[in-house]
Amino acid sequence: MTQYLVAVVGEPDYDTLSPEEMEQIMADVGAVVADAQEAGIFVFGGGLHGSEATTVVDARSGTPVVTDGPYAETKEAMGGFSIIDVADLDEALMWAGRFSAACRCPQEVRPFQDDPDADVPTQSEEN
Amino acid sequence: MDQAYDDAALARIFRDEYGRVVASLARRFGDLDIAEEAAGEALVVAVEKWAADGIPPNPGGWLTTTAGNKALDRLRRESLRDAKHQAALMITDDTPPEPTGPVEDDRLRLVFTCCHPALPPEARVALTLRLLGGLTVPEIARAFFVAEPAMGQRITRAKAKIKAAHIPFKVPAVADLPARLDAVLAVVYLVFNEGYLAGEGDSPTRVDLSDEAIRLARILRQLLPREPEVAGLLALLLLTDARRASRFAGGELVPLSEQDRAGWDRSLIEEGHALVRECLATNRPGRYQILAAINAVHTDAARAADTDWLQVLALYDQLQRIDPGPVVALNRAVAVAEVDGPDVALAIVDRLPLTTYHAWHATRAELLRRVGRSAEAREEYDAAVAATGNAAEQAYLTRRRRQLV
Repeated sequence: MTQYLVAVVGEPDYDTLSPEEMEQIMADVGAVVADAQEAGIFVFGGGLHGSEATTVVDARSGTPVVTDGPYAETKEAMGGFSIIDVADLDEALMWAGRFSAACRCPQEVRPFQDDPDADVPTQSEEN
Repeated sequence: MDQAYDDAALARIFRDEYGRVVASLARRFGDLDIAEEAAGEALVVAVEKWAADGIPPNPGGWLTTTAGNKALDRLRRESLRDAKHQAALMITDDTPPEPTGPVEDDRLRLVFTCCHPALPPEARVALTLRLLGGLTVPEIARAFFVAEPAMGQRITRAKAKIKAAHIPFKVPAVADLPARLDAVLAVVYLVFNEGYLAGEGDSPTRVDLSDEAIRLARILRQLLPREPEVAGLLALLLLTDARRASRFAGGELVPLSEQDRAGWDRSLIEEGHALVRECLATNRPGRYQILAAINAVHTDAARAADTDWLQVLALYDQLQRIDPGPVVALNRAVAVAEVDGPDVALAIVDRLPLTTYHAWHATRAELLRRVGRSAEAREEYDAAVAATGNAAEQAYLTRRRRQLV
């Protein structure tokens, strides 16, 4: 099994939607999460507040420096995410497709780096 | 047998068997790099051993066994460094093929991995030619006019993504098969068209991509004998390729209507027609089957004047319902010109948003000529010449322009 981050691409623009439409989206997303939990593949997930609620901490200098806002203003912030644990990319893409349809926004699928203890025999870097 | 024959026979066996060996090892060890390296080592052993002992009765089986042993040797060497890998080796050793889809062939799993939609399209083509077709990186680089390091990197990156993202090595579930098969067929068709549009082989070392695409289509046909679109694609490639020898004369492109039909390859045409008949009997039409049927109508006519244009137009109507895009509409307009006249066809062509496409200009030029609008036709021939990079097509278009009155 491999864990994948299924992330909402950008902050979805829900402001223009009616309360009924918003409610429908919440219900649809909730249904997919329930299915994923029942399938035993849902690790964790949820929606995120936008850039207005974001804070940056940078401790590279040795002292944590706290600043307001996202690190890079130009980069689209992640609107929410789920972490799922499935057999392979095809299965991850199937679930990501369901999340995308439910929340009405594209999803980015990224594998977590393998647990080194569970890794298959490695080989040297080639070419 | 002389040495030259032996070398050619070896090269042919390696190329034919490479995909099978890599696919079998990839399934067994779950790692493309291990599979490729072991296949390469087995080929080296084969060159030495077969030169001395002759080619074994089942060279493919010999190569797979030898490569499998090489891969095991390597895993054992590496596992000495890490006891945990010993356990992994015990688990992966000698696993039987798992039934993971409707068809049980390792090469089929491999082609679906190579053509996975999570990979960039140009990488799908390169990977398919490398892993399934057994072409070398320099051969693929030359065929696509890409520098060798860039092509090598493209393939390495794709393999790294397969590994990191866990793109599975399996035949898709029945429900996903049509969409996933489309991606595979698109790769084969692209490979064919790259070879077909490139025209005459100007370099003797250049890989003949059309032949390679037909070989891949034949493999798919063997693996998926009941998929009508696979039969349709193979038929389309055969019926197009059958006209190869007549497509060029004196460095100039020869259009279908002017081709010497005696130069067409009858055996390819008969094979293609049989496939089209099979598709018609199956009655699950699709894009490639319809394109094949159109080519069957053309190759059925003894002379260009005998072409059943009503039938061609009916097939384009059917194709347009599946693919309402402007390129299909442009090709359909050529049939409309024959059935309803060039003025009707010109009205269709004029509306298509294809002003950067050389075939749009060339078609428009021919139609303008036929309705007697010579000045505009001349401009369109110029635009067509400017829009195509193919010297043979430029030569043809330039001659047509000169012949305008």
